[in-house]
Amino acid sequence: MSAFLLKGVAPLGGEPTDVRIADGVVAALGTGLAADDETTVIDGTGLVLLPGLVDLHTHLREPGREDAETVETGTRAAALGGYTAVHAMANTSPVADTAGVVEQVWRLGRDAGWADVYPVGAVTVNLEGERLAELGAMAASAARVRVFSDDGRCVADPVVMRRALEYVKAFDGVVAQHAQEPRLTENAQMHEGVVSAELGLAGWPAVAEEAIVARDVLLAEHVGSRLHVLHVSTAGSVEIVRWAKARGIDVTAEVTPHHLLLTDESARGYDPVYKVNPPLRTEADVEAVRAGLADGTIDTVGTDHAPHPSEDKDCEWAAAAFGMTGLETALSVVQATMVDTGRMTWADVARVMSGTPARIGRVDAEHGRPIAIGEPANLVLVDPAARRVVDPKAQATKSVNSPYRGMELPGAVVATFLRGRPTVLDGALVKGKVLA
Amino acid sequence: MRHLLSAKDLSHDEAVLILDTAAQMAATQAREIKKLPTLRGRTVVNLFFEDSTRTRISFETAAKRLSADVLNFSAKGSSVSKGESLKDTAQTLQAMGADAVVVRHQSSGAPHRLAYAGWIDCPVVNAGDGTHQHPTQSLLDAFTIRRHLAGGTGDLAGLHVAIVGDVLHSRVARSNVDLLTTLGARVTLVAPPTLLPVGVEAWPAAISYHLDEALADGPDAVMMLRVQRERMSSAGGGFFPSGQEYSRLYGLDQRRLDTLADHAIVMHPGPMNRGLEISADAADSPRSVVVEQVANGVAVRMAVLYLLLAGAQAPAVADDEMKVLA
Repeated sequence: MSAFLLKGVAPLGGEPTDVRIADGVVAALGTGLAADDETTVIDGTGLVLLPGLVDLHTHLREPGREDAETVETGTRAAALGGYTAVHAMANTSPVADTAGVVEQVWRLGRDAGWADVYPVGAVTVNLEGERLAELGAMAASAARVRVFSDDGRCVADPVVMRRALEYVKAFDGVVAQHAQEPRLTENAQMHEGVVSAELGLAGWPAVAEEAIVARDVLLAEHVGSRLHVLHVSTAGSVEIVRWAKARGIDVTAEVTPHHLLLTDESARGYDPVYKVNPPLRTEADVEAVRAGLADGTIDTVGTDHAPHPSEDKDCEWAAAAFGMTGLETALSVVQATMVDTGRMTWADVARVMSGTPARIGRVDAEHGRPIAIGEPANLVLVDPAARRVVDPKAQATKSVNSPYRGMELPGAVVATFLRGRPTVLDGALVKGKVLA
Repeated sequence: MRHLLSAKDLSHDEAVLILDTAAQMAATQAREIKKLPTLRGRTVVNLFFEDSTRTRISFETAAKRLSADVLNFSAKGSSVSKGESLKDTAQTLQAMGADAVVVRHQSSGAPHRLAYAGWIDCPVVNAGDGTHQHPTQSLLDAFTIRRHLAGGTGDLAGLHVAIVGDVLHSRVARSNVDLLTTLGARVTLVAPPTLLPVGVEAWPAAISYHLDEALADGPDAVMMLRVQRERMSSAGGGFFPSGQEYSRLYGLDQRRLDTLADHAIVMHPGPMNRGLEISADAADSPRSVVVEQVANGVAVRMAVLYLLLAGAQAPAVADDEMKVLA
């Protein structure tokens, strides 16, 4: 296995140093490290070194919607975005609600080799919210599922949610809730407020999220389970999570890049590329989720990368699918909204995009590790000074539904290493099959 | 003006120009020969994804009176019901030579997509989209109000219009709030709180939950909105308890009619639910201008098609023709 020497990089944005990667691990750290003939040297001047990013919230669409994304294309996008691990959501076709399907997805991830793929198991059979799926079988499968979610749908029945929270304790699992009260959001198209009133699009009220978050933190407290709240989008949800944490409830929360940057104003052109669930909220909500992420109320940034084929977006708003791609832009959006605004350091970015999500997903033996000698070399090298205009057609994801199309964003992934092997070098995928 | 998608897009002067042009069109409609040669050789497509016989016929009549060829395309029984997309339908019609597309769609924003998604490049007229906008309805309403209450010229400065009923689901209400206020009128929306959208407080209109109080304020025009009966059922959203209660609290009946000022007019975009939002007495009273609204709809739509298709592209010709029209 070839070795790499990263010269003058800044681990977590700190003091520049040299980092030697060999045999799949961080082999040496310190200034003035020498390279031998076998070692590829990368000039890291001005570059930040982070642990490989970990996404708890990716839709890889395979099996079933290979026209939108496959494990292969989705993990290529992940590698280009700086990710070394992604959790593949369960709303595939068939649904990942059995050991068979999660093992299939896990195997497809191993075969692709661009990033470690950890399947998320469905909480209920066929995501129908009625009967628990065989959570134990998925946990015990080769895929070793620890994160369970009906994402795309809410586990709305309070008894089913309670049972799921209790049941997964047996194998240290976590229920990741898509908080959306279904009756309050029938036919909902966008955030309910001033803009929806004017556009005549059916509203998705903030309370439909907050009511479920409030219920779930109380359920988690009652049964002593851990809860992960997906894509927190409202100021009210941030307040509830803050209250729950102060009370000692074992809850973690996620925000997506798009909820950190975009608002419901983008719906004004009726372009469904901005149609997403939960919907883009107001300026005040954006400020609240940024503040929540900065003060630790929100624990992680998850992409909710949701590719869709063009025919599902090239239509009228109500007919369009919910969701936007995000793997290849997440780090840049976090840099723009949190780092360049002075609200977070690169160490904080490593925490919310790598360390904490790895711990929540129980993959922290491999991922989200400190940058230290002997640790697995799952790393990403970032150029914070770069600027780029987002071109969805140039991305590795199979779909082009990026809301950042044409937008100039800061930062670029220069290289990604998965267990010491580069998946990305010079900002491009490494040719040929990468063996994990 | 390239498209007519929303009453909100119209400036004061553009709106007055459309109303003035409509007045000239209306004058020609009093003649024995109603047909004008203005749009000869042009093709107007009526693209209707939602049933609306009245609006379609009104647009069809308007186009034909201007000598345009008219293609009617309704989604029912067409390839749309076989799953063809809005994009493909629009491109097909443009390939057949449409010079303008008049679109009615159940999805808010569909006309906006047709105009700006890059699928087609001809003028788009919104004939009603979801619960968003119905700009030609608001123009014909403004035209009717101007005729009765403002001497038939200029704007609507100083007038007070009450709009009563299901504002939440009404594209007519949204268009009228935008256009009537642009023209200087004061608007009061009257509805049960369940039938007002969250966010309505940002609209340039006063809000009242009580029809009797709103009528006591002396509106010059009262516009009753259609209330769909299914809205009261729990499957329909459960917006109000019963038709009877709605009529008692928000229906325009003889008693309420009698409280209006002598000059005040009663309007309704149609089709009316007699006995629900409006009693037969009110609908048929001398104050009611409902039938006239329909007639004015043709003149207003003639004006819109004329300004979109002839106005911008051939101003000199347009001036000549306007002289002929006048």
